Amino acid sequence: MLRLLWLIPALPLAGFLVLALFGGRFSRRQIVWVGCGSVGTAALVTALVGADFLRGFPDRPSYHQTLWNWIDTSGMTIGVSWYLDALSLLMVAVITGIGFLIHLYSVEYMSGDDGYARFFAYMNLFLAAMLTLVLADNLPLLYLGWEGVGLCSYLLIGFWYREPEYGAAAQKAFIVTRIGDTAFAVGLFILFTQLKSLSIQQVQTLAADAWPVGSNLAVIVAVLFLAGAVGKSAQLPLQVWLPDAMAGPTPVSALIHAATMVTAGVYLIARMHRLFELAPPVLEAVAVIGLLTLLLAACSALVQRDIKRALAYSTMSQIGYMFLALGVGAWSAALFHFLTHSCFKALLFLAAGSVIHSLRHEQDIFRMGGLRRQLPLTFWTFLIGAAAMSGVPFITSGFYSKDWILWSAWSSPLSHRWIWFGALLGTLLTGLYSFRLIFRVFFGEVRTPPSGAPGVAMLVPLVVLAFFAVTVGFLELPRTLGDLPLFSQYLSHVLPTIETIPGMDESVEAHEQIAVTCSALLGIGLAAVLFLPRANVADRLAGTSLGRTLLPFWQGGWGFDRMYDGLIVRPWLHLTRESGEIIDRCYESLVVAAESFHGWLSRTQTGHVRWYAATVAVGALVLLGLFAM
Amino acid sequence: MLTTHALVLAIMLFCIGLVGLLSRRNILYMLLSLEIMLNAASLAFIAGGARWGQADGEIMFLFILTLAAAEVSVALGIVLQLSYRFKTLDADAFSEMKG
Repeated sequence: MLRLLWLIPALPLAGFLVLALFGGRFSRRQIVWVGCGSVGTAALVTALVGADFLRGFPDRPSYHQTLWNWIDTSGMTIGVSWYLDALSLLMVAVITGIGFLIHLYSVEYMSGDDGYARFFAYMNLFLAAMLTLVLADNLPLLYLGWEGVGLCSYLLIGFWYREPEYGAAAQKAFIVTRIGDTAFAVGLFILFTQLKSLSIQQVQTLAADAWPVGSNLAVIVAVLFLAGAVGKSAQLPLQVWLPDAMAGPTPVSALIHAATMVTAGVYLIARMHRLFELAPPVLEAVAVIGLLTLLLAACSALVQRDIKRALAYSTMSQIGYMFLALGVGAWSAALFHFLTHSCFKALLFLAAGSVIHSLRHEQDIFRMGGLRRQLPLTFWTFLIGAAAMSGVPFITSGFYSKDWILWSAWSSPLSHRWIWFGALLGTLLTGLYSFRLIFRVFFGEVRTPPSGAPGVAMLVPLVVLAFFAVTVGFLELPRTLGDLPLFSQYLSHVLPTIETIPGMDESVEAHEQIAVTCSALLGIGLAAVLFLPRANVADRLAGTSLGRTLLPFWQGGWGFDRMYDGLIVRPWLHLTRESGEIIDRCYESLVVAAESFHGWLSRTQTGHVRWYAATVAVGALVLLGLFAM
Repeated sequence: MLTTHALVLAIMLFCIGLVGLLSRRNILYMLLSLEIMLNAASLAFIAGGARWGQADGEIMFLFILTLAAAEVSVALGIVLQLSYRFKTLDADAFSEMKG
């Protein structure tokens, strides 16, 4: 069964090829069968491969499979090799499982669209690239997947290509992530020139031997990899593309910009953890970046009008949590949060999509309201997702994963107290903005009446994801609540666990958990006070002078877009236009010279016979003269 | 001595013909000037033949004469066509190839 590993990325790729070549001629049903079928089969294969892998686990902690030699030169041989271990199995399961549910959802969501086949083709290609990324055994293959998901992100954000602003958003996403990608590539080059290898496992062993902890080379390579991760995962300072990426269809936002592509950065850092451990200042930077992004994005999510932009900022914030966990050494905690976040964020996006679909593409929450009686199932699933994101205690998965992260932030030797306090504030803000959405969209009076409820294809994924958003947290119960460390034991074969600082016993943990829970519930309560339509305290706050300066600032993503526009975009465009003019003038001068020469020459063609005769005579004279000399 | 005189005469005739060709606007007078130039050239040939005492100069003169006759017949045909087309014999009027 394990030999079927290569099918997992190959099936969606085959789906893409079929749909790209013949999709125009297929009927709707055929497109659905190919598009969803390829992913569904891949999910099935994942289940079989996973079962086989877990049977031999942990005696056989990893499985290699090489298909063929991709690059074979004298300096290096790079094969198309797959590597299955606990980490990549987790990623593959999430990607294929949630990917399949989202494909199912898209069957109905995109049913009115002309580009039906194109959509499924791009989504399949995306899944193929993402699976290549997480299953790759060597860094060039990983980079291939990395670039592939960037490409598909561009194609899918700009899916409705007739709108120029969507195309601009797609370009922005591509260009910003490109900056990170270039840094990543430079890191690859340095690794290769220094260590002569690019196999993920080998290169980390070689680095650990050759570079002492904290050495310059390790720090440089780690920084470059971090830049790549920051670009892909929309963290500071390359976070500006994610809110605009919501221009794409909602299933795209759910799959790419919530569950999978944006977590590629987290995966990269976790995969190359040994390299990052060689550069402690970079790990600290990871945590700080995570913390800052977390807070910045939470504040911005609080004041968005567009429901998808609010969810985009919340994604940014939650990935900040994952970066924070990675930075304080809680590697498994970060991936547990990835697992729970994929479930509840995809759920939130799909439920939001259900709302948007029913309201005929209305996305402004101030024009929504009272939908809890009109769209009951959507309401309940959205509520479960928001509760999971806020970390409502005991019954949601988000509680367990976020709690693990915060506990690590408190008890890890790599962390500081202020990191924990910042993360705690983030918990409060998370509860605040999540329930703001609930109260604004589902309570109060109906401002835009919904037309039609979602059908089976949209509801089944919502229910399934809601189920997982509640239950998947039970894979890892902390000491104080049952002590079931299934998940951390599973990942301990790949990712290191850090010794906590002494004195961190159960009572401390219990107190810390109470603090976190209180913060989350305080956030939810505050949201009820501020945003329940009857009280409407929020509008009064927004009207104060502080509100009027602060809120637009937060809404614009803390001014990053404006800064980049003024600092980079406009000077660049100015430079290209000006230098373009200069170059054009050089070429134009050639044209002018040719034209004037032509003018002179044509004036010698007078058309008069006598003139021609005279020129013949003069010419003969000159020749004779030359001859005589 | 004699040769020099003959050549000088040929040159003078050639120049007269050339100037006539360049300064006349009527085609027929241009053809006339052309004839004078041809004759000047053939005079040069005869002078040369007389100098070296060979009959080649005379033979060239006969050639040139024949050539001149043939050329004039063709030229007059062309002049006729031109006069039908442009209704004038002014050489400067035939400047449709200008530019």
